[in-house]
Formats: sequence, structure tokens, C-alpha cells
Amino acid sequence: MLDIATLLGAGLLQAFEPLNLMMIFIGCLAGLFIGAMPGLGSVNGVAILLPVTFLVPPTAAIIFLAALYYGAMYGGAVSSITLGIPGASTAVATVFDGRPMAQQGKADQALTAAAVASFIGGTISVILFTLFAPPLAVFALKFGPQEEFALMVLAFATFIGLGGDDIPKTIFSILLGLVMAAVGFDIISGQPRLIFFDFVELQRGIGFLVLAIGIYGIGEMLWTLENSKGEVKIHAVRSTWKSFRKNLSHIRDYLPTTALGSALGFFVGTLPAAGATPASLMSYGLAKTFAKDPDSFGKGNVSGVAAPEAANNAASTGSMLPMITLGIPGSPTTAILLGGMIIWGLRPGPLLFTDRPDFVWGLIGSMYVANFVTVALNLALIPLFVRVLAMPFTILTPIIFILCFVGVFATTDRMFDVWLMLILGLGGYLMRKLNYPVAPAVLAIVLGPLAERSLRQSLISSRGDVMTFFERPISLTCMLLALALMIYPIWLGIRRRRAGTTSGAE
Amino acid sequence: MKYLKTLMAGALAVVVSAPVALADWQPRKPVEFIIMAGTGGGADQIARLLQGLIEQKGLSSRPFIPINKPGGSGAEALRYMQDKAGDDHTVMMTLNSFYTTPIIQEDLGVDVTKFTPIGLMAMDTFLLWVHTDRDDITDLDSYVAAVKAAGLDWKVGGTGSGQEDSVLTAMMEAAFDYEVTYIPFPGGGTVAKNLIGKQIDSTVNNPSEQLAFYEAGDSKPLVQFTGERMAAFPDVPTARELGIDIEYYMQRSVNGPPGMSAEAVEFYTNLFQTLFDSAEWQEFCVSDGLTCDGMLNGADLAAFHASQVEAHKKLIAQVGAGAITGE
Repeated sequence: MLDIATLLGAGLLQAFEPLNLMMIFIGCLAGLFIGAMPGLGSVNGVAILLPVTFLVPPTAAIIFLAALYYGAMYGGAVSSITLGIPGASTAVATVFDGRPMAQQGKADQALTAAAVASFIGGTISVILFTLFAPPLAVFALKFGPQEEFALMVLAFATFIGLGGDDIPKTIFSILLGLVMAAVGFDIISGQPRLIFFDFVELQRGIGFLVLAIGIYGIGEMLWTLENSKGEVKIHAVRSTWKSFRKNLSHIRDYLPTTALGSALGFFVGTLPAAGATPASLMSYGLAKTFAKDPDSFGKGNVSGVAAPEAANNAASTGSMLPMITLGIPGSPTTAILLGGMIIWGLRPGPLLFTDRPDFVWGLIGSMYVANFVTVALNLALIPLFVRVLAMPFTILTPIIFILCFVGVFATTDRMFDVWLMLILGLGGYLMRKLNYPVAPAVLAIVLGPLAERSLRQSLISSRGDVMTFFERPISLTCMLLALALMIYPIWLGIRRRRAGTTSGAE
Repeated sequence: MKYLKTLMAGALAVVVSAPVALADWQPRKPVEFIIMAGTGGGADQIARLLQGLIEQKGLSSRPFIPINKPGGSGAEALRYMQDKAGDDHTVMMTLNSFYTTPIIQEDLGVDVTKFTPIGLMAMDTFLLWVHTDRDDITDLDSYVAAVKAAGLDWKVGGTGSGQEDSVLTAMMEAAFDYEVTYIPFPGGGTVAKNLIGKQIDSTVNNPSEQLAFYEAGDSKPLVQFTGERMAAFPDVPTARELGIDIEYYMQRSVNGPPGMSAEAVEFYTNLFQTLFDSAEWQEFCVSDGLTCDGMLNGADLAAFHASQVEAHKKLIAQVGAGAITGE
């Protein structure tokens, strides 16, 4: 314990060195803008700015890139809330409630919640990282295919079990997402499958951002246009010192979900397979399931913004853990960081903690500092971000459409995906019109490939015996929790109905 | 804003002043550096090291952006390259699935001999690994005995079906007359982690994938499938020394899509030759057990690819495509 305190102290001191502090500041600021641009995520940002890091020592370099990664996590929420387009896959769940809040003129409140929740998520997660990194690395090793699959079932359960929604429609939406996730190459045999109409382009599968931008950028926009008969007015927000203080006072409302989301996000982030996107979606699902007012989610509940934002920041810290201790990146962005480490002559693996404590603890120290810097920058920039909403709707809507096109083309570089996005957007609009929830389909396309791979690996390994999921303690626990989550809303519904009939009888 | 301006100006200065290798053709936009395997594996580590060296040495006026396309044992990447025919801003880091995947998946419509050869950076090697806790396994004989006793309960982890790990596993099955359960993972790094976590019983990882765990004392190599013992593993016997006729390598070459322009080929060939000759690359070769005796390029590399395709066709016919894909 004392060891950790000493090492952390040294790490913090290192983070406060002028060069490193400057790196944190520039990294956070650059990340914030990169994350806020649809189609330009943390992956591109880190890849493009990697060369800049060769001018400074390795510790300063990784501090810079980690700060950039952090900043991008915060920044993703900005476009999710102000424009309704997820800036990155990790910020999809933030759209669910962030966009309705912006439409109600509460964009500044949503942005404040996102910033504060991200800060709490990042901080809780870096504390957990500091205290438990080595034992957690051992735990991550216990996660085989069976455990991964059980975790995915748990993630799906958080979405099926949402009280209030129409359960058959939710299941339909999940299945639709799973079918789309299956398009492309079979992950075990490598054969092409579900290539609709023999489009060769479909062999590459349906990209997650193509679906998310289509559904949220195009579909939701069409729906809003129709609903408002063209007279939508997104309320411009005046951001003042008074409104800022008022927004901060809302923390109490979302503190519990934020704490839960932080712990969950960190844990899911440490698992090499998962990453920040599933973490944020699971956190959103859990927040909704256990909320007192689940019906208000998706309509502008501030907890619905805080939960996924806390989780994605926590997960981005968490995903550093398998990278450092096992040499396996937990996310595409950490994969690029890993490349950087190899160039700097650092071999990630079980020995890095003991061989290069200056590097590891310098990084950890910087995470604490980066959190403070990002939250401060973010809160300071909120008045700038909400300016976007002051634009007349007739100007803002075309801009959003254009950003959708550019965002998709920038990520995949193919016109085919732009058309696909338009078609999926129209599909999303129809689903929305027919009252089908679209979020579960988005969840399914993220988790589908992960779930399929781990399911098939497990079944190959057990030679087809399904009991393998119930014979291993961690997997069994996840499965039971998933079952409980699915039953809980039904039980709640029955109890409410019963309470309703008794009160009616009195 | 002033900070941002300074930063941008600084970044610009770096780009402008970077010493650029003298060549007529220069990339006009970022170069996609496709990796036909998942993150953390041998190909991935190498590509990321090369990308970093390119940036560090200022060899290209535009950045190289590594993109992993591991789907369908590299089929996704191959198809992607095929569709990029004539493009001068895409290159790919390949491994042996460059040969095996088009043979096994005939309807993929990819002929790799039509791709543009750029440079063979190294030949990677394979070793047989088990967890250090397996005290009962100390050499190849005790390994074979343990596998035979376990039968299909013995789980070998490797990269995608039809990729080199499964080819080597099928070769071993044929040589020792046993059968194992083969579990495909998305990349060599994940395979290594699953061995250390005891989710699987053995692997045929490349040295770079297991090195960190080997140095930490978590895994041990039993045999190396090379012609001669590597400097990095002087105490590990080769299969040939033990009388087993298996010698298998993994090529690590960089290739462009079909129909790349001659000017671009020249640029990339010079660029990778510079990397190949660099002290950093040669050091990496030694520490990670790679053979780097000279970079094949142009017609030599094309001939090498053609002979490897034929060799893999024979190999697949010999052990059967089913043995490799597990069908």
C-alpha cells in the first residue's frame, strides 16, 4: 500500500513537470475537438498525431496521446448532444437522452452532466487502476470465450429488460441488428455470408458508424422534421454563470448512476475483448432498468447522459490496463498507443510495471491530471458549443445532413457506405414511425460480432456442450445476473399491475 | 486559440522540414497501411513498428495509417485490396494467409499473384508453446503423450481458420497422428493471452507474440519449427533435430493492390528498403527471432509469392482443406 503511494507520488510529480503538463493540456484540447467532429474519432487523431510524439521523451509522448484519447472521449459527447450525431461509436448512447435534452433547450445542462460524469468516471477508474492494476490483470486472464459470451448476454439483457418499452418490439429490433451484424465474412470459416443482392461491397460488413449516423443523423432528423411540420425550433441556450451553477447543482440527480457507470465502465474496459462502446451501452441500460422513472429515459433524462459518459471515460482508462500488463490493446485507439510504445523501446507485458515504473506511474499520474484539465476545458467551452444551437433550424438541418455524409465518407472512404447510410436512415425513420425502438438494433450491431465469436469459440472448445456456460463460476454469475435482469422488469410490471388493482379496489 | 495556432504552426514546421527521401513520386494523401490480421499479433506489431519508424525518420510526406482488417482469416483485407486496384495510396502488411485464404476460399475472386509486390521485410518463425505450469510437459515427447491422453479435450489456440497457425497445427496432427480441437482467435496477441489464462492448452505463436510472457516466466517453448536454432532461443531444439520433418516460416511482406503505378512502386520499394536497412529494424529482427537476410523486391518477390502459393496448394492438398478449416 505504502509502495503504491510512493510510486503514485513520483508519478504525479512527473505529470506536473512543465513539459508533461503542457502535453496534457494540448492533448486534451486537441482530443476535445477531434472527438467532437463526426467521422474523426480518437483512432484517427492518435494515428495522425503519433509523429509529433517523436520530438519528446516516451513518457511525455504517451501522456500526450493518452490525454488526446481522453479528450476525444469527452468531445464525442459534444456532437452527440448538440447535433444528435454520435461523434464516435463510444458516444452513441449519449445521443439517446442528450439529443432530446438539446431539443428541450437544456443543451448546457446535458453538456455539463456529460463533462462532470466523464470526470467522475475517469477519476474513479484511475483510482481503481492505481489500486488494483496487477490483480485485475490476473482476473482479465481468467476471461475466456465463455466469460466473454456471458458478458455479452448480460449486455443484451440490460436492453431487453428495459421496463416500459414494448418487449416484443425490442426483441425484434435486437434481431434486426444481429442480422445486420452477421453480414460480411463468417468469422470462423471465412466464407462470405448474407451478401444481399450480391453487392460485393457488403462483404466488408455493415459498419457500425454507417448505421449509427444513418439512424441518428438521417432517420431522427426526418422524424423531427415531419413531427414539427418544419417549424422546429431548437431552443438556443444562454449560458451564464448562474445557469452554470444551477446545472452543477443537478449532480445529485445523477450521482448514483454515474458511480455505477464508472465502476462498470472500468471493469468492462479492462477486458481485452470489449472496450468503451459496449461499456457505455450497458451502463445506459442499467441506469434505465434501475431508475425510478424508466419511462423518462430517451426523452431527455439527465441520468441517461451521465451514465454512458461516465462509463466510456472509465472504460478508456480501463482499456489501458490490458495494453500495459498483457500487451493486448482493449480498443482500436490503444492499439495505436501500443505501436507507439514498441517504437519507444518499451515492450508491454507483465514485466513493464517492474522494469519501467517511471513510465507506468508517470502515465497513471498524468491520468489524474488529465481528468482535471479536461473537465475544466470542457466546462469552459460549453458556451461555445451551445452557440451551435443558436443557428436557425433551416441552416442547422442541412449542416447536419452534410456532416452525416462527410462523416461516413471520411471513415470508410466509399460512396457505397454513404448510400447505405441513407437507406438505413430511411429504415430507422420508418422504425421510429412504427414505434420500434432503434437503440437495441444499434446495440446488437456493436455486440453481435463479439457475441458470435465468443459463442462459437466456446462451443468449439466444449464440443457443442451448452452447459459450458454454467460450469465456470464467472460465466455462471454473469448468466444468472442476465436472467435476473430479464425477469426483474416483468416482475416489476406484475407487481405494479397488482398494486394497481388493489388500489383500484379500495 | 493562440496555443492551438502555435501547435499547428509547429506541426506544420515538422512536416515541412522533415527530410524526405528523394523520389519523384510522393503520396498526396495519407497512406492506408492495411494489416490482414487482428491487433497485438505479429503482423500488427511489425506494421505498427514500421509505421512509427516511417514517421520518426520522416520517410513519407504523408502519414501511414495502420488499419486492421482481420475478418474471415484475412479475406476482408484481400477483398479490400482487390477493390482498390490501381490505387497508389494503399499498401498491405501480409502473412501466410495471403496465400492460404484465396486457396481455401475459391469464390473470393482474389489472385494474389496479381498484387503489386513491394518488399519482403522478414521471415517470421514458429515455436510450440505451453504454459509454464505444465510440469508434466518438458519436451516434445511428453507433449505428444499429453495430447494423445487428452484427445479432443486438448485445445490448441491460433489465428483464424485457414491461417498459418492452423496449417502448422494440421501438419503436426498429420506428423504425430493425433487430433486436437482448434479454436480460432482474432489475432496472435489474443491467442497468447488465452494460453497464459489457461483457456487453451498450447499454441504455435510467433516469438514476438509470446516474448513478454516468456520473459515473465509464464510460458515455455518446446520446439522451434526452423532450419537452425535461433539466436534468441539457443536451448530449444528444432523439429528436424528431433526427427520430425516440419519446417515452416511466415513471410512478412508488404504488397500493394493490383495495378499500382510504377512511380509509386518505386517510392514504396525505396521507403521499405530504407526501413529494412535501419538499425532499429535489424535489432527488432534479432530480438524477436525474425530472419532478415536481405529484402526481396520486385520480380524476385513476385517469384517468391508464386512459389509460396504453389507450396501452400500442395500443403493444403496434403493435409486437406478440412483439416485446416476444421470443417
